[in-house]
Amino acid sequence: MSNILEVNKVVKQYGDYVALNEVSLMVPKGSIYGLLGPNGAGKTSLIRIINQITLPDSGEIILDGEKLQPKHVQYIGYLPEERGLYNTMKVGEQCLYLAQMKGLSKAEAKKQLEYWFERLEIQGWWNKKIQELSKGMAQKIQFVVCVLHKPKLLIFDEPFSGFDPVNANIIKDEILALREEGATIIFSTHRMESVEELCDHIALIHKSNKLIEGKLDDVKRQFKTNSFEVGILSENVEGLMYAITQKFTVGPANFKSLNNELKLEIQLGNATPNELLNILTQCGQVTHFVEKIPSVNDIFIQTVTQ
Amino acid sequence: MSIISLIIKREFIAKVRNKSFIVMTFLSPLLFVGIAVFVAYLSSMKADTKRIAIHDESGMFVKEFTSQNNKNQAYKYLDLSLIDLKFLKDSITNESYEGLLYIPKANNTKDFESKIQFISNSSPSMSFIENVQDVIASKLTKNNLEKAHLDTLAIKNAQSKVNISLTKASGEESVKGLNEIKIGIGGAFGYLIMMFIIIYGNMVMRSVIEEKTSRIVEIIISSVKPFQLMMGKIIGTSLAGLLQFFIWAIIGMSLMFAASVFFGVNVGPTASVSPELMHTAQQEMTGTAQMYIKELWNLPIASILVGFVIYFIGGYFLYSSFYAAIGAAVDNQTDSQQFLLPIIMPLMLSVYVGFFTVINDPHGTIAVVFSMIPLTSPIVMLMRIPFGVPLWQIAISVTLLFGSFFFVVWFAAKIYRIGILMYGKKPTWSEMYRWLKY
Repeated sequence: MSNILEVNKVVKQYGDYVALNEVSLMVPKGSIYGLLGPNGAGKTSLIRIINQITLPDSGEIILDGEKLQPKHVQYIGYLPEERGLYNTMKVGEQCLYLAQMKGLSKAEAKKQLEYWFERLEIQGWWNKKIQELSKGMAQKIQFVVCVLHKPKLLIFDEPFSGFDPVNANIIKDEILALREEGATIIFSTHRMESVEELCDHIALIHKSNKLIEGKLDDVKRQFKTNSFEVGILSENVEGLMYAITQKFTVGPANFKSLNNELKLEIQLGNATPNELLNILTQCGQVTHFVEKIPSVNDIFIQTVTQ
Repeated sequence: MSIISLIIKREFIAKVRNKSFIVMTFLSPLLFVGIAVFVAYLSSMKADTKRIAIHDESGMFVKEFTSQNNKNQAYKYLDLSLIDLKFLKDSITNESYEGLLYIPKANNTKDFESKIQFISNSSPSMSFIENVQDVIASKLTKNNLEKAHLDTLAIKNAQSKVNISLTKASGEESVKGLNEIKIGIGGAFGYLIMMFIIIYGNMVMRSVIEEKTSRIVEIIISSVKPFQLMMGKIIGTSLAGLLQFFIWAIIGMSLMFAASVFFGVNVGPTASVSPELMHTAQQEMTGTAQMYIKELWNLPIASILVGFVIYFIGGYFLYSSFYAAIGAAVDNQTDSQQFLLPIIMPLMLSVYVGFFTVINDPHGTIAVVFSMIPLTSPIVMLMRIPFGVPLWQIAISVTLLFGSFFFVVWFAAKIYRIGILMYGKKPTWSEMYRWLKY
């Protein structure tokens, strides 16, 4: 799989403040790529550079094998975090205007608009002004504007903020459908559960530096501590505890279950799960045995607070 | 369609569809004509006659005043020399006299010169006082001449009045008072440019602030360059402005015409003819009128119009780039005041220079210098052009104007580019200076 976007050692300074310090990213074609980082990490600076809103001080951006240049704006769809449309302009005219700016002809823009309005069931809004719409409705319009010109690369900055759960779900499905059609999606968010749900690649930027990048699974593998959550029904709790604390580090665990079993979190160190299982099965009935995989949330917090 | 024309079109339509634009376009001429008609109506009304009591103890002057009563309708002089002065003073208010002219007895002219009083509760107008002084002075002069046994009639006949006629080197006869018309025309165009810059510069700024506060700007500049957006905005707004002026001109002219026919009042340009002009006109009415029309046609109309268009474009673009940059730098209109002052100042300055300096000496040093400085040249040079400006001066002035125009646009675009993405706080001058280096 080739990369649709490559960011090579990009540096951006505002006065004395370094917003991006030699940041490099590889965004594979067809992926949903989560760009994570605390507030002020430099995500928006990077996104603005990719959108050619600002220029990097050094470093280069390669889009689909070519050095980033003005014509590429039509291959990118951008949904900024700070959203807004012309309040007094009619929805239809506004969308046509913004689509034409992305290089669509008026007729083509109109065709695409009608398609999307029908798809999101908002046909009746064409002649309404933005100020007559609710915030969530305006967000939907903005989403349409962002995807209208069939961009190869979509950049969503906090796409779900402002949507109710029903509409958030619709948008999520649309994002997945766009990926099916071949688009690549860069996804900047603080909502880790949506990263967990959607992203297959992530990168974490903190204090102007990229700290982590890779496939989500690989990153998780890298962060796992080889611990297991164990539930066991045992007659001889003291014996069991003695047996395992000899070999492993043991702590209390907390998970939901039906029985009143003993819940433990056991760090294996260099041992294999089977060694632990052998000990456990001798001492009682194992009801729960799960490898503890770090969540994106854990990884985020762990990396940022280090 | 290219992106920039797309932006121009949108800005134009957004401006023209705006309710306040429509209201302004159709209401302002009505207001303007209404005021003009009202003023003309007021000035054509007869003023109330004011009654002036005269207590002339010398008995020398009272006739000079009462004899004016037939000619002058504004003031009616009453000879009350027989009534006691103290009583008169007390009764000024009761009897609703405008004032009391008290001329005491005096032995010689010198005493008269300083002892005459005008007693009034309200302050009399300058022209009234001057008139009274003139009447008394001429009577005294006449007396003095008679005392010296000089023939007053002979002296009167000996006085001569000179009326110099102006002639150009080319031999055509010219008319005095034409300067007023020239400064009138130049001034009108200069003033028009200033109004346009202020009104539409502000519109550009408001539109930038609107895009910034509605946050749509980030979407737009992910598709177009900030420079394109800025230029499109400036051009689109100026087109809307030109349309508005065009409509105003048409409505204004037809309303003026209708009003002057309907009310029978003279609101045309002849209402403001200067006194010298009147004097000349009285002497040879028809000949002068013809000469005026001829002179008007001889004015460099072509260069005035071409000059107007060139300086209008240069000046408007120069200033509206500043307005755009300010709009980008601030978050709301109240914050913009601090930055607007340095823009308004040169505009005001050029109008003052135009009306005070150019009118006195159209080719003096101050007028020439200010017609070269780019920030003031659009207005000052336009006021000078009707007086005939050497081509090389126009060339330098236009070159400087457009040179600085490109510089200012470049400078404004840099502020604009950074400013539109800065939210939350009002920048300081030093911060804006730093943006130039980003």
